[in-house]
Amino acid sequence: MIAGQVRRPNGALLLVLLAAVLLAAVLLSFAVGPLKLPPADVLQAIAARFGLADPHTVSARDMGVVWQLRIPRALLGALVGASLAMAGVALQGLFGNPLADPGIVGVSQGASLGAVAAIVLGAGTLGAWLIPLAAFLGGAGATTLIYLLARPGRGEGTATLLLVGIAIGAACSAAVGFLTYIASESELQSLVFWQMGSLAHARWNDVAAVAPVFLVGLLALWRLATPLDMLALGERQARHIGLDVPRTRLLLVVFSALLVGAAVAFAGSIGFVGLVVPHLVRMLAGPGHRWLLPLSGVTGAVLIVVADTAARTLDPPSEIPLGLFSAALGAPFFLWLVLHRRGRGAA
Amino acid sequence: MSTPLLELRNAGVMRGNRRVLSGVSLRLEAGTLTALVGPNGAGKSTLLALLAGDAVPDQGNTLLSGRALADWPVRELALQRAVMAQDHVVRFAFSVHEVVAMGRLPHPPDREQDARITAQAMAEVEVGALAGRDVQTLSGGEAARTSLARALAQCTPVLLLDEPTAALDLRHQERTLHSARELARQGRCVVVVLHDLNLASAYADRIVMLCEGRIAADGAPRLVLTRDIIGQVYGQAVQVIEHPTRGVPLVVPCDE
Repeated sequence: MIAGQVRRPNGALLLVLLAAVLLAAVLLSFAVGPLKLPPADVLQAIAARFGLADPHTVSARDMGVVWQLRIPRALLGALVGASLAMAGVALQGLFGNPLADPGIVGVSQGASLGAVAAIVLGAGTLGAWLIPLAAFLGGAGATTLIYLLARPGRGEGTATLLLVGIAIGAACSAAVGFLTYIASESELQSLVFWQMGSLAHARWNDVAAVAPVFLVGLLALWRLATPLDMLALGERQARHIGLDVPRTRLLLVVFSALLVGAAVAFAGSIGFVGLVVPHLVRMLAGPGHRWLLPLSGVTGAVLIVVADTAARTLDPPSEIPLGLFSAALGAPFFLWLVLHRRGRGAA
Repeated sequence: MSTPLLELRNAGVMRGNRRVLSGVSLRLEAGTLTALVGPNGAGKSTLLALLAGDAVPDQGNTLLSGRALADWPVRELALQRAVMAQDHVVRFAFSVHEVVAMGRLPHPPDREQDARITAQAMAEVEVGALAGRDVQTLSGGEAARTSLARALAQCTPVLLLDEPTAALDLRHQERTLHSARELARQGRCVVVVLHDLNLASAYADRIVMLCEGRIAADGAPRLVLTRDIIGQVYGQAVQVIEHPTRGVPLVVPCDE
């Protein structure tokens, strides 16, 4: 093979394979946990719900575990993983930088600030939806602010957007630090738990309600595949081949914020998925966004479902926070990525 | 007189407090290869950016087919003019073929025709053998030719090239301008920013020489490339002799 020669595997085939892996990971996550269920019982519990098996052969306890705990949890994990990975792809395309990540551009910090503010300033007074809602508003608010401050015509281009994002992220982190400082003992506990990221609070009703939001965001990003390809040439060149750059930028910011805000709202902060997954998929399948986006989505889903399954089985009966997993794996990878790129002399 | 394809009317551009272009009026017709030349900082790239619709003049107008450039929807504009910019950086590891094929994106998709035109464009600038290469591993000249192929694949009536030969070896400099002239012969309006006056002399139908944001001379190579004009605009003494085989003016720098 000649150096620098690229090979492109069949994207559709890869997608089918990865989807099969995701299905296997999800089914495994149904069976594994503090209560071990044989796969046959899991399948029966699922079939019974749809009237395909006799409900009396399944115990109420097994039904509860599968339907109230594990299915919503796996579903939320898959949606969060896909969202973080695809938002990562979108932000990297937007900034023309493979090191961009929801955590770097300030979106995650904005969402964190929303959630932390809700916990410290008034948790419990307005019900369980307050924290997710505040996180989403925080994420969307930070993104809107970033976009307003760096929108085309005011700040020129991508570099400004990135710098504004970093500044807003830092400001949000400082505000989170202050709120943590004034938090009471009990608030601090839920803060720490939330900041470490977890799917433990996934409940069927919540997940069913929020799933369409995720799906809309994921589909919207997939539709931006060709504009993302064009942006790889640079904003000016993308315009030369017919791309409405300001509109594309706006859509990318809005849907990335929607996905990251929703993910942070329901699962806390889980870092590095948006960085690691797109990079791996790019090495495997190339940078074309038509396949990069869905392949990253499915890979992100697999990663989170598997990591969450491990997080709740490695040290029973307690759970290792999911966010610690992703950070422990992601940070060294990020470092390798930075050093490797520097070694190659790439910009 | 027919409506020119591209027209600047008394166009001026300020950058900060500095006036980079002032009072530039230019009519560019189909079927002509026009070279924009001038010393560093004369406003060549700014002028090309105006023609491309990347920048809007502070004064005056830029028109494409009689309609203000700013009023063209971006997608329709991409069917009318292609641009080869000076920056050839591609952010991710796309292949040469994938980048050139992006030149087809403004057109309604047609798999067979797109494949044919993409292959033709790559052959024209001799990057066919690099089709499967990661663009991030190309040399400066190869990357420039890939950008040029992408602009050619766009198949537009107007072609704007910003220093296309800057990173090229001798053979590819000649080939690039030869292709540009062929396209002009086929009825396109081709505008090329050049540093090399002898390339401009050998290939251009018309040379527009800029000096400090104004047009200093405009006309056929023989009329523009004279000892006096070049000496005044560039502040460099030259002799202008006849090219031994091509019969066009040949500019040779000399001592005072």
